[in-house]
Amino acid sequence: MSGYNFAYLDEQTKRMIRRAILKAVAIPGYQVPFGSREMPLSYGWGTGGVQVTASVIGPEDVLKVIDQGADDTTNAVSIRQFFARTTGVKTTTRTDRATLIQTRHRIPETPLREGQIMVFQVPIPEPLRWLEPRESETRKIHALEEYGAMHVRLYEDITLHGRVATAYDYPVRVNGRYVMRPSPIPKFDNPKLDRNPALLLFGAGREKRIYAVPSWTSVKSLDFKDHPFTIEKWEQSCALCGAGDSFLDEVIVDDKGGRMFVCSDTDYCARRREPTR
Amino acid sequence: MYVAVKGGERAIEEAHRLLADARRGDPAVPEITLRQIEQQLALAVDRVMTEGSVFDRELAALAIKQARGDLFEAVFLLRAYRTTLPRFGASEPIDTSDMTIRRRISATFKDLPGGQILGPTFDYTHRLLDFDLAGPDPGGETPSRQATPPADPLDEPIPRVVDLLDREGLIEAEEPDDDGEPVGDLTREPLRFPCGRAARLQNLARGDEGFLLALGYSTQRGYGRNHPFAGEIRLGEVDVELSPEELGFPIAIASITVTECQMVNQFKGSASAPAQFTRGYGLAFGESERKAMVMALVDRALRCAELGEEPVSPAQDEEFVLYHSDNVEASGFVQHLKLPHYVDFQSELVLVRNLRAAAGTRPAA
Repeated sequence: MSGYNFAYLDEQTKRMIRRAILKAVAIPGYQVPFGSREMPLSYGWGTGGVQVTASVIGPEDVLKVIDQGADDTTNAVSIRQFFARTTGVKTTTRTDRATLIQTRHRIPETPLREGQIMVFQVPIPEPLRWLEPRESETRKIHALEEYGAMHVRLYEDITLHGRVATAYDYPVRVNGRYVMRPSPIPKFDNPKLDRNPALLLFGAGREKRIYAVPSWTSVKSLDFKDHPFTIEKWEQSCALCGAGDSFLDEVIVDDKGGRMFVCSDTDYCARRREPTR
Repeated sequence: MYVAVKGGERAIEEAHRLLADARRGDPAVPEITLRQIEQQLALAVDRVMTEGSVFDRELAALAIKQARGDLFEAVFLLRAYRTTLPRFGASEPIDTSDMTIRRRISATFKDLPGGQILGPTFDYTHRLLDFDLAGPDPGGETPSRQATPPADPLDEPIPRVVDLLDREGLIEAEEPDDDGEPVGDLTREPLRFPCGRAARLQNLARGDEGFLLALGYSTQRGYGRNHPFAGEIRLGEVDVELSPEELGFPIAIASITVTECQMVNQFKGSASAPAQFTRGYGLAFGESERKAMVMALVDRALRCAELGEEPVSPAQDEEFVLYHSDNVEASGFVQHLKLPHYVDFQSELVLVRNLRAAAGTRPAA
């Protein structure tokens, strides 16, 4: 696109963001403040993820963008078009062919591999935010590693409900040190964070924070010995591809309570339905 | 057979076309020009420039036109443009005592050097709809200027009211920062807390007028009361000077219109400070008097820690005020609720069903 630099951001800004990313990789799970820019898309629409992607993307990259696991949701389409226009890179819907994947709310079912980068859009980066609204306090809690309040919260859930009543954005501990918010992915996806071969980068534009989980880093969902972490299960399989191991979206099909379940990961579902050659 | 919803790409294209049509409205009605917006919707332009942090009337007018008059959206357009502009450097501090004054009032002294100048204000208008403006031929309005020109041009320096009080020591002294200190820029560096007054004033200057108005109002109703007086409000043109490194002396690069408000606040003294009047400061582009006033009220409220007052009210809570003042951030995050959340919602459905099933198996309490 004429009049704009490759990937929209100027090189100085990209360098500043890359420095923040390097720091984030060096201290897994630590939220690095950065000079987030005003982007031509709205806050809450993935400005952090877009800035991270813009800073690491190169002309040889193959980009995939998903929202809710799907390549064809409006915001995924919009962000993919943004990078297609400002970089001219190849885009794909195939998880295995992408070098760079920007996502909102899901990790693909197809396992990632070494060399791939996954960029998460993050609305609220601070895992302790609902316990303590003040940034000046939460930074201290992280520095002192005083995560007791978070365990108490989970424990209260268990005493009240018999289980931890958190379904998405379920807190994790990274590399045995920082408690981190995995962005609003369903807890179903949490196990995929652990020792993932890909580099996982998290960008929060409005809150001006970047954090990272480097390849092969340990990521543990918080739990108790007698109440181990579990993930969602469905009695159904995907109505389209028959997968019994994927995250399912519930689709209402009529006004009489009829519903069906289909894979949220559209690429995974489509691959499974392709005739085998 | 169920088929997943496709066609996001085409839907977006069509939505953009519909938006363009809606913006233009009835093609039989002449298209509005930037010049008309800039001249006749001048206060909207001023607000967009202030909250958009760019002094450019034409760009602000363009943003208002493109945003169909939605000023939040116009601020956003201007900010997104601003962020692409290179930085040449920081100007010298503007000197508002050297302002070419169009309006200047003080609520604390009946008369004062330089006098009171009412200027163009809604203050004493009767809010009666003027149906003459709605006539079938608004072009038939009398084209000649109706106001009498000022007797004397008011371009000699007029001292600020707070500087008059300053000499008596009744009002706290305000020491300017060291000129050699680099000027922080909130649009380049994230907020850190405690953030200091310069960063705070930058944030308030860009902050949403409605949000700050409500906070300023809350201090008047007892939530962090600080007994304000409008020491002085002045409106007019000031020069912006820049000292290029290769020249070594300042040159005027622009003249901008600003509204400045100095609030004077009663202060009974504390363990750390004697009884004296304290200050709150507000400055906004163009004719933005309400904004300058509420900025000054909130600035003073946020100085509570520095003055040894116990922060007990929302307007005194630095993180609360500064993290929520920006309407581009706030509007974006509120409206992102329109984006799909089916995955999170599905997880919640699974959880709520499990919780209900578990509750159903237990006897009622």
